[in-house]
Amino acid sequence: MAERGAPPQVPRARRTALRMARSFTWPLLPDDYLELVNPLWSTRELRGRVQRVERETRDAVTVLIKPGWEWPGHRAGQYVRLGVEVDGVHHWRAYSLTSDAGRADGCIAITPKLVPQGTVSPFLFSRVRPGAIVRLGGVEGTFTLPERVPRRLLFVSAGSGITPIMSMLRELARERAMHDVVHVHSARTAEDVIFGAELRALHARAGGYRLHEQLTGVHGRLTPAGLERLCADWREREAFVCGPAGVMRAMGELWAREGERERLHVEHFQPHEYDEAQAGAGGAIRFCASGVLADAGGRESILAAGERAGATLPYGCRMGICHSCVGRLRSGRVRDLRTGRVHGQPGELLQTCVNAPEGAVELDL
Amino acid sequence: MATMQTESRRTDAEAAGWQPAWADGEESPLARLTAEQLEQLAQELDAIHEEVYADLGERDARYIRATIALHRRLVLAARALLLGSRYRPLWLAGTASLSLAKILENMEIGHNVMHGQWDWMNDPDINSQTWDWDTASPADAWRHSHNYEHHTFTNIRGKDRDLGYEIMRVDPQQRWHPVYLFQPLYNLLLMGFFEWGVALHDLNFDAIHAGEKSKEQLRAELKAIGAKARGQIVKDYMAFPSLAALAALVTSRGSLASARTTFATTLKANFTANIVRNVWAHSIIFCGHFPDQTYTFSEEEVADETRGGWYVRQLLGAANIDGGPLFHLLAGNLSFQVEHHLYPDMPSSRYAEIAPRVRDVCRRYGLPYNTGPLHRQLGTVHRTILRLAFPGGRARRKPGAYRP
Repeated sequence: MAERGAPPQVPRARRTALRMARSFTWPLLPDDYLELVNPLWSTRELRGRVQRVERETRDAVTVLIKPGWEWPGHRAGQYVRLGVEVDGVHHWRAYSLTSDAGRADGCIAITPKLVPQGTVSPFLFSRVRPGAIVRLGGVEGTFTLPERVPRRLLFVSAGSGITPIMSMLRELARERAMHDVVHVHSARTAEDVIFGAELRALHARAGGYRLHEQLTGVHGRLTPAGLERLCADWREREAFVCGPAGVMRAMGELWAREGERERLHVEHFQPHEYDEAQAGAGGAIRFCASGVLADAGGRESILAAGERAGATLPYGCRMGICHSCVGRLRSGRVRDLRTGRVHGQPGELLQTCVNAPEGAVELDL
Repeated sequence: MATMQTESRRTDAEAAGWQPAWADGEESPLARLTAEQLEQLAQELDAIHEEVYADLGERDARYIRATIALHRRLVLAARALLLGSRYRPLWLAGTASLSLAKILENMEIGHNVMHGQWDWMNDPDINSQTWDWDTASPADAWRHSHNYEHHTFTNIRGKDRDLGYEIMRVDPQQRWHPVYLFQPLYNLLLMGFFEWGVALHDLNFDAIHAGEKSKEQLRAELKAIGAKARGQIVKDYMAFPSLAALAALVTSRGSLASARTTFATTLKANFTANIVRNVWAHSIIFCGHFPDQTYTFSEEEVADETRGGWYVRQLLGAANIDGGPLFHLLAGNLSFQVEHHLYPDMPSSRYAEIAPRVRDVCRRYGLPYNTGPLHRQLGTVHRTILRLAFPGGRARRKPGAYRP
C-alpha cells in the first residue's frame, strides 16, 4: 500500500467537528473538500510547504519546509521521511533533519546531496520551487545525543554525513552546551564542505568547538593515525560517526580494536554501498498476484528487479525503513542486502527493497 | 494480467443453464488466427501497453487530480444550489449538477481508480486499495467480482457472471426459462436501481447456492453493503434535506411550511440524482458487452488460451460507443470498452490516444472493432433483452473485419 504521511496533531475540537461533518461528505472525508482550499489542512497526514531552497555547495541544497500543523518535534540527529511527487509519481526518502528542533519560525530543514542518477535528490536540487507541497512521514532514528550531554564529544563526519551532526551542533550551540567538542569532517575540497561557513564561524568563536577539515583532495583520507594526531583523547570521548560505508567501517574497526565500542554512535541509514561479500547468487522471482516473472542479480533488490520486469509493486523508502513494500514470501530464500544475511521462511513478510533473491523465490505480490 | 486458468468446469457451465455450442455454427474470428499470428498480435498489443506505461507522468497526474477536483466542485455547487431547492430553477440546476457529479465520481473516477489505473502514482489517496465510491457496492467486493472475475473470464459462457448478471438472458445460447418473460420489466427496475443490483450481484448467488461461501463471509459482505446503504441514506435522504430545511427555516424567518417543503424537494432532488446516475451507468455498461456485435465464448473455445487468445477474446467480446470528449468523460471512458478490456489497468485518459493503433491492429489481423453511436448500441441491447425474454432467438450477424 502506498505510504502516507504521519498523522498530524490536530486540536480535539477540530477533529470532532470534522467527524460530525462526515455524514455530509460520505464516502469522502471533509478533508477531501477542505484540501481544495488548502492541501496543508489535511488531518489524515502531515504535509508541509516548501518555503525556501538554499544552495549549500555545488551538489547540496537545504530545503526549508513549513509543516501544515505544529511540528511534533524531533531530537537532533533524527531523520524525517519525506514524500515528494516527481513526474506524477510519489517517492519517499529519509533525510536527516539539519534544522534545530527549537527553530522560532516552526520550519524544519533537510539538506539533500545531489545523486545525479537518482530521482528525488535531483528534483529537490533543481526543480522544487517555494510553495510546493510535500508529505511528511514519521521522525525516526536513534543516532541522537544522550539525555545528559557529555562534556567531551567527538564528531567524525564525511560528505553528506554532516547532516545529522549539524542539527546536533545547532542544538548544542543554542543550549550553550558546547563544552569540549572536536569535529573532524572530511570533504574533497573546502568548497565541498556543507555548512562550511557556519562551521568555521562556530570554530572561530572559540567557544569549545574545534573543527578540523580533512580535505581528502589534499590530505587524503582520515586514517586511525590521523585521528590520533587530531584528537589524542578520542578514546575518552563520546563519539558520533556518520559518512560513507568506508569511513563507517574503518571507524567501527578502530573503536572495536582500541576504543570502547559503547562510546561509538553510528548512523546507519546513509545510502548503502553494498560489499562484494554481501552480493549473493541472485535468482528468478515470481510475483504470484500479478504473474510477472523477473530475474535479479545478486545485488539487485526484489523490488528493483520486479519494476524492471514491469510489475507494479508497492514501495516507500526503498532503503528498508518504512515497510511499505512488504510482501509475503511463498517459497525460496532471500539475502538481506544490508547485512548479507540469508533468510526467509514461507509465509514470512519481507521487505522487497532490501532483499535480493537467493535462488528462485515466489512472492504473493 | 494473469494468464487464464483453463481447468475445465463444463459441469458448472451446464449447471448454470448454458448450452454448450455456438448456435449457428458460425466460426468466431478467434478460430481463424494461427498460433503464430496470436503470438505476434500479443507482442504488438503488449508493446502499446508498455509504451504508454513508460510515458505516464505529470500530465496524467494532473488529469486525474483535475477530474477529482471537478467532481468535488460540482458537488459543492450542487449542494449549495439545493439549499434553495424549493425554487424550481434551483432544484433543476442543483439536481443536474449532482447527477453529473455522481456520474463523474462513479464512472471516470471510482471505476477507474479501483481498477488500479492510477496506482503507478503511488499516491496514498488515489489508490485502488484505499478508494471508496458513492454507490451501494462495497469497494472490496466489487474489485473481486469485476476486476478479477469479469475481466479475466470476459464473455465466457458459464464463467463470466456479468453476462446477463445471472438474472437475464442476453445470449441466445443461454437456455430459456419462463422467468425470463419478466426480464423486460425487471430490466427497467434494474436500470433505476442499478447500484443495488450491482451490490447484490457482487454477493455471487451461485456461490451461495452451491454452498461455496461460508455464513460468516456472507454475513460480513451483507454488513458491508448495509454500511454503504446507511452512508448513502443518511447523506442524501437525511443530512442534506435537514440542512436545507434548516436553511429555509432561517431564511423564511421561522416558516415551518417552507422548511417542510424544502426537506421534501431536497430529498427528491437527491433521489432523482441517484436514479439519473443509475440509468446512465446501466446504459453505458450494458452497451459494453451486450450489443449485437459482440461474441461470447464456450469454455472449450478458450481452453489452453494463450495471451494472444485472451486479447482477441477481449476484442470480440467488447463494444465501444462513438462520441465526443465530453461524452467519453461522462462514460468514464467505458465508451472505449474495447481498449479498456485490452488494458484494464491503463489510465482511462489514454484510451482515446491508443484507439487508432488498436484499430490498425484489428485491420491488419482481420479482426472486428466493435463500435457504434449510443442510440444504435443501446437499441440493439434492448431489442435483445426483449427478444430473448421469449424462447429461441438466434445470434445476430457480426460486423466482420474492421475496415477504416
